[in-house]
Amino acid sequence: MRATLTHLGAMVTAGVWRLGYAARFFGYLLVHSATAFRRFGLTVREIYFAGVLSLIIILVSGLFVGMVLGLQGYDTLQRYGSSEALGVLVALSLVRELGPVVAGLLFASRAGSAITAEIGLMKATEQLSAMEMMAVDPVARVVAPRFWGGVISMPLLAALFSAMGIFGGYLVGVVLIGVDEGAFWSQMQDAVDVREDILNGVIKSVVFGFAVSLIAVFEGFDATPTAEGVSRATTRTVVTSSLAILALDFVLTALMFTGGN
Amino acid sequence: MADPAIAQIEDLTFAYGRQPVLHGIDLDIPRGKVVAVMGQSGCGKTTLLRVIAAALLPTRGRARVLGQVTSDLDRDGLYALRRRMGMLYQFGALFTDMTVFDNVAFQMREHTNLPEDAIRDLVLLKLEAVGLRGAAPLMPAELSGGMARRVALARAIALDPELILYDEPFTGLDPIALGVIARLVRQLNDALGATAVIVTHDVAETLPLVDYVYFMADGRVVAQGTPAEVRRSGVPFVEQFVSGAIDGPVPFHYPAQGYGADLGLAGRA
Amino acid sequence: MTRSTIDLWVGVFVAIGLGALLFLALKVGNLASFSTAETYRVEARFANIGGLKVRAPVKSAGVVVGRVAEIGFDNEAYEAVAVLTLDARFKFPRDTSAKILTSGLLGEQYIGLEAGGDERMLADGERLRLTQSAVVLENLIGQFFTSKAAEGGDAKGAK
Repeated sequence: MRATLTHLGAMVTAGVWRLGYAARFFGYLLVHSATAFRRFGLTVREIYFAGVLSLIIILVSGLFVGMVLGLQGYDTLQRYGSSEALGVLVALSLVRELGPVVAGLLFASRAGSAITAEIGLMKATEQLSAMEMMAVDPVARVVAPRFWGGVISMPLLAALFSAMGIFGGYLVGVVLIGVDEGAFWSQMQDAVDVREDILNGVIKSVVFGFAVSLIAVFEGFDATPTAEGVSRATTRTVVTSSLAILALDFVLTALMFTGGN
Repeated sequence: MADPAIAQIEDLTFAYGRQPVLHGIDLDIPRGKVVAVMGQSGCGKTTLLRVIAAALLPTRGRARVLGQVTSDLDRDGLYALRRRMGMLYQFGALFTDMTVFDNVAFQMREHTNLPEDAIRDLVLLKLEAVGLRGAAPLMPAELSGGMARRVALARAIALDPELILYDEPFTGLDPIALGVIARLVRQLNDALGATAVIVTHDVAETLPLVDYVYFMADGRVVAQGTPAEVRRSGVPFVEQFVSGAIDGPVPFHYPAQGYGADLGLAGRA
Repeated sequence: MTRSTIDLWVGVFVAIGLGALLFLALKVGNLASFSTAETYRVEARFANIGGLKVRAPVKSAGVVVGRVAEIGFDNEAYEAVAVLTLDARFKFPRDTSAKILTSGLLGEQYIGLEAGGDERMLADGERLRLTQSAVVLENLIGQFFTSKAAEGGDAKGAK
């Protein structure tokens, strides 16, 4: 019993210590990000690997999520004779929640894990040490471009996800089922507010982008330099990013979408 | 007049955590020579190399390299110092997302303002010196172990460093590649007028090659001298190491209770 | 992957990403309408604003002519004070009445303006004199029961 408690205490202490280390790392990363912007080609390359290569999964998933929303939404709404509100349902669900969150989760699994694996592998094969020995700061040259590449890609991917989802909802609702096209779009436009809904959704995706990118580069940089260490770090990235996205989503939703005057 | 020792280690103690890995080491690396640091795995020789490379700072004692005391330097100072050194890692540590050419050109592009034509000529020069000029467009994944290490050597000498550090350069190479690397180490050192420190446990290849040897065991220097002196030294550890005997000061058997007791034969030890 | 191919794809990616954002803002949201028009402010006081929220629409004849900018409480007169921003293109007479209406049966509440006949128009900062508060469901039910009870009482009394 005592051993379990001691172990638990040790884990918590270690966790807090690591959190502090991650915070210092983040500070260091921000201060040394000048290279990532002065030599923007490095960051562009990372936007390609994180953003462009995630396009397929984001667009396809967005389409399917939108189509499912259309199907399920219609099924429930038509029971109350409100099937014309389908557009509103699909748009608000996507723009406020599903777009940023699901795109964030997909991004964490695909791009986040790839970034962690890449940096971890560079650490394991002593490439980061070699760079340090050649008087080039690996955080500025390797880590920062990947971080900012992720931050820039994330909001764009979330917007694409939402747009594809709305299109999917339109396909199912209007084209397949036969909801009135005019009502679909006009009620949507009435109900979706640019500042309240769309902007808040964008803010969410930016926050998620920061969180996922930071976790991905930190886990890679901090990985134990063995094959097993890298694989564990990659798993940690996906798990921690997913939890962080969901927790942040709750906090942001509570802040942004509370009712009242 | 230039300092005769390019690196001086004074009473160096180093510990990663609680346990010291190096205990009170005193050694000098004479300028212009090829020096070997030999010993068993885990004796601390790679740690010592990292201290010389200013990648690690001493826990106690001092490391003076290229005229600077490493613990006195700030980050910019450390970086300036490292630009005058080159390091060859055990498995090359080439940047896997760039071609051989870009790997060698890396330091030139990061630290100098040379135009691309000048860089191109210099890179081809370095690659020619290690015999791999034709491999310039290849990716590191396409190279054999020996070739990768030669490219890493070309990269290490890219900015004509004054001090070159080799971390186990002969490990895992076939006899031909071994011979090539050994010859290159000597030739480049003489051609550049540089100093080389080789950490290794390959006795056969190294002793004929170097000017001076330090033997380490358990984080301490146990013997030193020219290869000839060391072979005659009579220090038991050195004799066992050089001859490769399986038993001696370094025992064959890991400490355990009596064999008879282990096998369950009562009364017999 | 050459440098220029990467640049091309990143450019395409950023372009369609921004395009998606634009699509969301224009076709999905309500950016196209009513963000940069000039406006003037008028005040309206209500005994009960019900579920009216800030940014709720102000409509006249069913067309959106403004938004509710602020909702406050007058601690001395104990009534709700709503500040409306109206599109400068539309002028209303000084005796226009403001009612709090509900869109649909259970929908959001908005303010409906019915123009009066005064020759002089409302200016910036003036107050709407005629207002009708929101219909509160509990009061309605209470009224219903009271009237039912009164009917029963009358019937009894008439017997």
